[in-house]
Amino acid sequence: MAVPDTKEKWTGKVNTLTLGATSEQGGTRTSTVTIGGVGCLPSLEFEGPKGNRPAIAVEVWDGDGEAMPAPLRQVYGDSLKNVADWAKKAVEFGAEMICLKLQGTHPDAGDRSAEQACDDVKAVLGAVGVPLIVWGSGVNDKDNEVLPRCCQAASGENCLFGSITEKNYRTLVAACLADKHKLLAESPLDINIAKQVNILASDVGFALEDLVVFPTTASLGYGLEYVYSIMERGRLAALTGDKLLQQPVLCNIGFEAWRAKEARGTDEEVPGFGPAEKRGPLWEAATATNLFQAGADIFVMRHPEAIRMVSESLDEYYGPKGS
Amino acid sequence: MALTGLEIFKQLPRTNCKECGFPTCLAFAMKVAAGQEGLDSCPHMTDQARSALSAASAPPQRLIKIVGSQGEFSVGQETVMFRHDETFHNPTGVAILVSDALGDDEIKARCEAIKGLSFHRVGTDITVDLAAVQNTSGDAAKFAAVAKAVSEQTKLPLVLISSDAAALKQAVEALGSAVKPLLVPTDGALDSAVELAKSQKLPLCVTNPDLEALSGVTEKLSADVPDLVICPGDLPSPKVIEYLSIARRAALKKKCRPLGFPALVYATDSDPAKAAIRASSYVAKYAGIVILDTVEPWAVVSVLTTRQNIYTDPRKPVQVEPKLYELGQPSDTDPLLITTNFSLSYYSVESELTAARLPARVLAVDTEGTSVLTAWAADKFNPETITKALNDSQAQGALKHHKAVIPGHVAVISASLAEESNWEVLVGPKEASGIPSYIKNDWKP
Repeated sequence: MAVPDTKEKWTGKVNTLTLGATSEQGGTRTSTVTIGGVGCLPSLEFEGPKGNRPAIAVEVWDGDGEAMPAPLRQVYGDSLKNVADWAKKAVEFGAEMICLKLQGTHPDAGDRSAEQACDDVKAVLGAVGVPLIVWGSGVNDKDNEVLPRCCQAASGENCLFGSITEKNYRTLVAACLADKHKLLAESPLDINIAKQVNILASDVGFALEDLVVFPTTASLGYGLEYVYSIMERGRLAALTGDKLLQQPVLCNIGFEAWRAKEARGTDEEVPGFGPAEKRGPLWEAATATNLFQAGADIFVMRHPEAIRMVSESLDEYYGPKGS
Repeated sequence: MALTGLEIFKQLPRTNCKECGFPTCLAFAMKVAAGQEGLDSCPHMTDQARSALSAASAPPQRLIKIVGSQGEFSVGQETVMFRHDETFHNPTGVAILVSDALGDDEIKARCEAIKGLSFHRVGTDITVDLAAVQNTSGDAAKFAAVAKAVSEQTKLPLVLISSDAAALKQAVEALGSAVKPLLVPTDGALDSAVELAKSQKLPLCVTNPDLEALSGVTEKLSADVPDLVICPGDLPSPKVIEYLSIARRAALKKKCRPLGFPALVYATDSDPAKAAIRASSYVAKYAGIVILDTVEPWAVVSVLTTRQNIYTDPRKPVQVEPKLYELGQPSDTDPLLITTNFSLSYYSVESELTAARLPARVLAVDTEGTSVLTAWAADKFNPETITKALNDSQAQGALKHHKAVIPGHVAVISASLAEESNWEVLVGPKEASGIPSYIKNDWKP
């Protein structure tokens, strides 16, 4: 019997977007990252363009990494004391981008100033040649003070700045427009709010094609299924032509996975789950590869073993990196 | 095409005998119409009615049962491509490979390890479902003996893999007629295995990487062996997912009967992490059974957790009963912790306390099953709702102190909650993982 034709006719695809700028492009990056462009579900590339391989960004903090779980402190060592060293280490571990989290600017977590944040951004740009994601503390007033200055400090580098939300977007949109950066639009696991944030940014003049969305991430075992379905619904909407959901998607993997006790717990705390040095990296990697099946474009990660595993898994889908 | 519930109902005995597991014949008919039940579950239907209905009402994907010495495993009868469209119904079976080339002691150790693969998460035990015995020894008698030993030691339903139909037959005989394993004949052993599956009424797996060729085989076979499983064999991950996706689409959306069976796939990489990643992707993308060749708990738990997540019914809010929980026989000086009745929130707190053996009371406030931050943002976890829960729970009667600990994420409400409730409100850690050290270092009654 003939297998019936089950081919879907998709009418849309995810936007293609490039981060970073080399010297010819007005920046100082030695490499750039292009994501998006996919016009089918993972593995079903006979239905549309398979698009670009998802990129792996590695998380770096603007302060002491002492609060990192022990297995991560072990592999990063003293580099956690300084953004530039940390960023270099991250690139060594396979980072195609650095995700600089300015959580030290949070009023309750160091309250670092806009000047200090600019210095951190410049330090990372000076230390490594990969493109940069800069992520604020999430405190609206402080972000509005800090991030525009950082945009200026990184002018010409074509970074991804985040995040804008439904309640706070005007200041950062204006700054990214002025300094030609891309924007990360955040929503709390809600597809309608995800669209709404994109509409708001677009209404004040920001191109929908220059947005990346962050629909919120959850770890394996801690709500992954909600994120999976929100992302899958978003991807299906993108493929059926909804321009408000055709933005590449970022997943904050490392932060979420390493909150789980299955990843961070000591062998005494989670008896019977196997050794910590195996458990943690796989928990992080599996969170990423599971969400890849729902449609993801950037993974923000932490552990070098997890990065290696995700990268090897992506090789199966896209061929070896650079091919 | 598909029948409506009423059309099916008319053919039923309408005695509401409940033997099908549903309260009324109409309820059963609606389930059959939705493709979630088979007519076989009704023991009293006339043959005439059955044949009139069966062709049209069979679920688009067949339910396959594999019976072990204790308990059985069922898979299939899925109804949607995307879990948000309804839910995924019958969780992927996770099977662990046991080679019959191992020595007796190694087999014993392997079975012990398989039995140990049980993990307690969010109030449930997640476990391995099947043992897959593989005939690598080439010795039929050895295979039969190992199959029997694995069945006795693990008590799990079995998958039997062999390129020798005679070995499969010998194993089936050794297991006894009460046990109904899934037969997986490889390398051309299919034809002779069909007879065995037919005579013993066993489920049978057909392996073929080409769906076109496969559907030709299953179409012919299904008259004799109705319980089939399909398998792509050894393909790269993206090709396996393509195969699983097309088979499921053809069955569900085009009613392609020859592909309306659950699929068995292998994730038997020697690197357990790689196997776990592959297996987890297959769980998300439509695998009915996935075979792993590892007993490393850290690898297996990630696959079982993926399955637990993906097969969670998105239509039901996952919540616990909103009430005061007593953990580890708390005394009147032990802490009172407040969280929401979202099951992930509650079980995160509960598992930290029980793992650290810290007695405490936990008040799960009714937030309609939403998490701490979501409930706070939606104004369901506020001084008023928490005060009401405190009062309703009569927690004070059990305590000498008058202190309640709230999650660090809602520190902002501590003052207004103290005012509203007249309790002394302490701000605990943001994450449940910080609770043990908080109680050890900061808690004073």
